Amino acid sequence: MTATTTVRPAAGRARRAPAGRARYAAVVAGLLAALAAVVRASLALGSVRIPPGQVLDALTGRAAPSPYRTIVLDVRLPRVLLGAVVGAGLAVVGTVLQALVRNRLADPFLLGISSGASTGAVLVIVLGIGASTALALPAGAFAGSLLALVLVYGLARRGSTMTGPRLVLAGVAVSYVLSALTTLLLVTAGRPEHFQEALYWSLGGLGSARWDTLALPAAVLTLGTGVLLALARPLDLLLTGEESATVLGLDTDRFRAAVFVLASLVTAVMVAASGAVGFIGLMAPHAARLAVGSPHRRLLPVAALGGAVALVAADLGARTLAAPQDIPVGVLTALTGGPLFLWLMRRRPEGAAL
Amino acid sequence: MTGLRLEALSHRDRLHAVDLTARPGETVGLIGPNGSGKTTLLRCVYGTLAPTSGRALLDGTDLTRLGPGERARRVATVPQDSAADIDLTVRELVALGRSPHKRFWEGDTADDLARADAALARVGLTALADRTCPTLSGGEHRRALLARALVQEPELLVLDEPTNHLDIRHRLDVLALVRTLGTTNLLALHDLNLAAAHCDRLYVLEAGRIVTGGTPAEVLTPELLAAVYGVEAEVVPHPRTGTPTVLYPPGPSVGRKTSSI
Repeated sequence: MTATTTVRPAAGRARRAPAGRARYAAVVAGLLAALAAVVRASLALGSVRIPPGQVLDALTGRAAPSPYRTIVLDVRLPRVLLGAVVGAGLAVVGTVLQALVRNRLADPFLLGISSGASTGAVLVIVLGIGASTALALPAGAFAGSLLALVLVYGLARRGSTMTGPRLVLAGVAVSYVLSALTTLLLVTAGRPEHFQEALYWSLGGLGSARWDTLALPAAVLTLGTGVLLALARPLDLLLTGEESATVLGLDTDRFRAAVFVLASLVTAVMVAASGAVGFIGLMAPHAARLAVGSPHRRLLPVAALGGAVALVAADLGARTLAAPQDIPVGVLTALTGGPLFLWLMRRRPEGAAL
Repeated sequence: MTGLRLEALSHRDRLHAVDLTARPGETVGLIGPNGSGKTTLLRCVYGTLAPTSGRALLDGTDLTRLGPGERARRVATVPQDSAADIDLTVRELVALGRSPHKRFWEGDTADDLARADAALARVGLTALADRTCPTLSGGEHRRALLARALVQEPELLVLDEPTNHLDIRHRLDVLALVRTLGTTNLLALHDLNLAAAHCDRLYVLEAGRIVTGGTPAEVLTPELLAAVYGVEAEVVPHPRTGTPTVLYPPGPSVGRKTSSI
């Protein structure tokens, strides 16, 4: 073709790429700074206000044993770290699922995982299994998630094909059935305190964070994000469309099935640790996409950092706004996330969907 | 090198025992009315449909038996569903065409981006390389996807209506470009005059069967147009090039289809 193609006067259409290495570096640096700031605030603030110097002393191990040191190291630090891990995990899963089903409304809970977790958790509560151990509830939730995963996987697959729409349909159907089952369990058990415990769990919270419950989510986040980052190219391909991905060499059915299982496992671990914290997995990918565009190599790290910042900040609010009462952090993420989501949607240029 | 050979390719009730040959480097056009099976045939060749029987041999290898990765290294196309709504830059979109030649975890190298830029230059989109996909017009997006097919470095280029959404200049440019690539090309075209001018040979598809095939002069006759399209048209040699040129009747078609659908 001729090289003299005229550049169209692009008034109103000249939105430059939100890409570029410099921009990506700036966004990552900004998010790291924000994470550091919100972590520092979270360690200092709460029902007991601890001077920043003392926080630093406790972190660096220079503080003598004191209540401050205990609060910082054994109560707040694991909770802050769990918040960062769960926030990042939900954001990464949300990002990937939105590519997997090519729908910007996909979030980690769309595919039935959280409903399965609730069913499992409520079963543990109602039956009083292992009431003495703190791990019974997360274990039940995790088992429930796996059950939901197997159900959705089985329903979404027909022969060797697994399409996005089928995955959504299967996820939504399984969600409804499991939610109904959860309600049925609670109603027939007929114990009000069960209701309260189940409600509180399902709203999400980081109050159960301890050092020994942190290792698994952290390891799963690291591993899962690493694998998904390595899959950035096929994820980008999937974003361009089913047929498009196929003719560029991707076995879309196998890839979608494998990534669905991986994403579900990550979600199950996060939900087991914190309950179903909504909106982070929906919000963080959107904000990240506005900042650095769709390529997953840039998108996943930015979404993860954004999710971490958001959940740590929300948990800080949950602990301090009505102190000494803890507000379930899921309530706060939904209260602030909903309007923020709408604002982002309105800011998005029409047609810039994925 | 034997090029492309379709042997009794069939797909359910849409395609019936199609035999077709495209010699290496040849540009073969597929024409026929709406619903005659052109898209089904092309999809069986580029692999998003599995034929119910028959073979599609490219240099002796049956494409229908290859995995998506291997096939994508040999056959490229511009898919119908490629989303225009993703926040990739045009250069990034085109560089995705390198995927079949890379391990899945590899990112774009400087070489990939240079190839993308070269392909963008060939389709006349250099000025838009840094723009994002949603800002492109339909025609610009189609040309970007053609550039993506070029960086795949295929042996066979399969294009379904490559001139859709393009203005007349870019129609001519795209078809001329396709012929300079050295690839074997299989194109489905609606515009009979473009098909006559830019294809070495044409096949006519009707109701899933090949009706006839040959050079444009052999195929494009008033009798065929009346039989297949139900249009009474005249065919005259182009005053400058001599290629057959179809002159359509004014007003609604006056012919009656003489063959059955």
